[in-house]
Amino acid sequence: MSADNSNTLDARDEHAHAGEHHHKPTGLTRWLFTTNHKDIGTLYLLFSLTMLFIGGSLAMVIRAELFQPGLQFVDPHFFNQMTTVHGLVMVFGAIMPAFVGLANWMVPLMIGAPDMALPRMNNWSFWILPFSFFILLSTLFMEGGGPAAGWTFYAPLSTTYSNDSTAFFVFSVHLLGISSIMGAMNVIVTIFNLRAPGMTWMKLPLFVWTWLITAFLLIAVMPVLAGVVTMVLTDKYFGTSFFNAAGGGDPVMFQHIFWFFGHPEVYIMILPAFGIISSIIPTFSRKPLFGYESMVYATASIAFLSFIVWAHHMFTTGMPVAAELFFMYTTMLIAVPTGVKVFNWVATMWRGAMTFETPMMFAVAFIVLFTIGGLSGLMLAIIPADFQYQDTYFVVAHFHYVLVTGALFGIISGVYFWIPKWTGVMYSERLGQWHFWCSLVSVNMLFFPMHFVGLAGMPRRIPDYALQFADMNAFISIGGALFGLSQLLFVWGVVRCIRGKGEKATTQVWEGAQGLEWEIPSPAPYHTFQTPPQVK
Amino acid sequence: MAEHKLLVRKLLIICVAMFGFGFALVPLYDVFCRYTGINGKTENIAAPAAKRIDESREINVEFIANRDSGIPWSFAPEVERTSLHPGAVMVVNFDVENLTDEAMIGRAVPSVSPGEAARYFKKIECFCFVEQPLDGRERKSMPVQFYIDPDLPKQFTTITLSYRLYKSTHQTASR
Repeated sequence: MSADNSNTLDARDEHAHAGEHHHKPTGLTRWLFTTNHKDIGTLYLLFSLTMLFIGGSLAMVIRAELFQPGLQFVDPHFFNQMTTVHGLVMVFGAIMPAFVGLANWMVPLMIGAPDMALPRMNNWSFWILPFSFFILLSTLFMEGGGPAAGWTFYAPLSTTYSNDSTAFFVFSVHLLGISSIMGAMNVIVTIFNLRAPGMTWMKLPLFVWTWLITAFLLIAVMPVLAGVVTMVLTDKYFGTSFFNAAGGGDPVMFQHIFWFFGHPEVYIMILPAFGIISSIIPTFSRKPLFGYESMVYATASIAFLSFIVWAHHMFTTGMPVAAELFFMYTTMLIAVPTGVKVFNWVATMWRGAMTFETPMMFAVAFIVLFTIGGLSGLMLAIIPADFQYQDTYFVVAHFHYVLVTGALFGIISGVYFWIPKWTGVMYSERLGQWHFWCSLVSVNMLFFPMHFVGLAGMPRRIPDYALQFADMNAFISIGGALFGLSQLLFVWGVVRCIRGKGEKATTQVWEGAQGLEWEIPSPAPYHTFQTPPQVK
Repeated sequence: MAEHKLLVRKLLIICVAMFGFGFALVPLYDVFCRYTGINGKTENIAAPAAKRIDESREINVEFIANRDSGIPWSFAPEVERTSLHPGAVMVVNFDVENLTDEAMIGRAVPSVSPGEAARYFKKIECFCFVEQPLDGRERKSMPVQFYIDPDLPKQFTTITLSYRLYKSTHQTASR
């Protein structure tokens, strides 16, 4: 999987520099009108970082209220808005755009393409996002407040019992849905049509594979989300009765349609992280990835299974036993391909010459903590146990382990891994290690005790709780504050790199790094692979 | 570029198809639930009388009536529970009273629990088949005539019939 010899690389380099001087506009218009995959990738990543802090601030309101029993800071309706908008911002504003940003930056570099296949659409798909979130967040400042039905906006909470922020919410989801679909199409077309000569399917880096499969998931389910929010809109404003029993509709059907989108969505948020980890573990173990092909097939199986497990979110809605068993078994089946992946990562590290730079630290933490999240997921899949766990903090602990220590840690480790290639300077290793250890300790303070309060029966999405949960919740809130503050170290590290402070990065950056993206200079020139490399 | 366009077109077709699929789930869900009877929905049309009566067992039937917050009527069954042989026909009345001075139309939506027993719950006549208009302060006794299908599997010994009363507007009535 290596490109041609260094002479042609240099020639291409000069060509790239010539291009840079001719086409690169400056100032604000550069960012507004850019069609360059690296610029758009940067925009996505910075947007995602901003949203991470906005979503985190909303979470801090939640944690402040839950610091002590009773109602201290916010009224219950505002608390509900916080949980709702926190979820929406983190899922659609922080995690997903970060992955699209990484795809923009890395997919063309990894497959030897000059740019994304549809650069103008790329520009559009990014610039829709800020408007979408402006609409969503503006509802918080309106009379009556923002959406408060939970990020899952179950009917009739989002129809009969919601206020007019629903219309803003629906429009904002439509916009970000269009943005995600365009982003996904771009990734698919790029990977299908712009691979360098010799880059056969089974030579694709795993990040490219996982993103390709994610993109297909996005194209399959984002339109279903668009459909279900449209039904909510027409039920609320145009007198239809999709989810209204009085008119012959069925509120449980909302949950079926929503989770038909929602379950593939959770894999959309983790598969690209699998790809990132599959790039990082071999690099710092100085060994090729163990079981490359099984990784590809495992990813595809997870994607397929994600379409037939949705009702495990709805075990308590009164489904017949046969249906519950079906969804329980298919859900547990997902543990098999996921287990294959975890096994392969561990086997890659086995007897490797390992070093523990920041990206590797986050990657190893990902494997351990994501597995904890996966195991609590298996517990939730057990029907009789789920009746106990449903809507408790155990569920909150579960999905934060897979989304924060899973998806977010994956993204952070990817940023540390590739930022020398993006900016041309090494991040500060000392700062990175501080960031890692502070995050690791605080994130477990934040989410691990949630398992216990959940098992003891503390319900989620409620601003008050029984007195026996007080100490745990105070501890959790402190963990939350520390985790939030730890991320400032990350921002510091990233800003340092952007400002060019730090040791100059080499072309290969990491000793064990393999692949086309490590054969172009650091920082990556504005235009790369104008002439496609030959992959052997 | 030509190959890009072709692929984009195919992907767009997938998107449009999946958007349609989201809406197609609505009738599919209805058909699936009616066929399997798993969400407690009963047939909203009159069933023919049973051919035989199974006197070997008795089924307990419980009645629940509640109303939506949008309709200020009182609504309650005359009896809360009874029992009958599968195949035997029974009539139970539900009392309803309009507590306002305004004329209003109500509509009762039935649901049977456990859901799997719904398709064995046969209604010959029911007030839920049609809308129920009441004048201000009017009282009415509304009958439901039903039997339990003798094919009801043995594990069901108690069936609950629940009605929820909604204020009907012509928009919702037309659906």
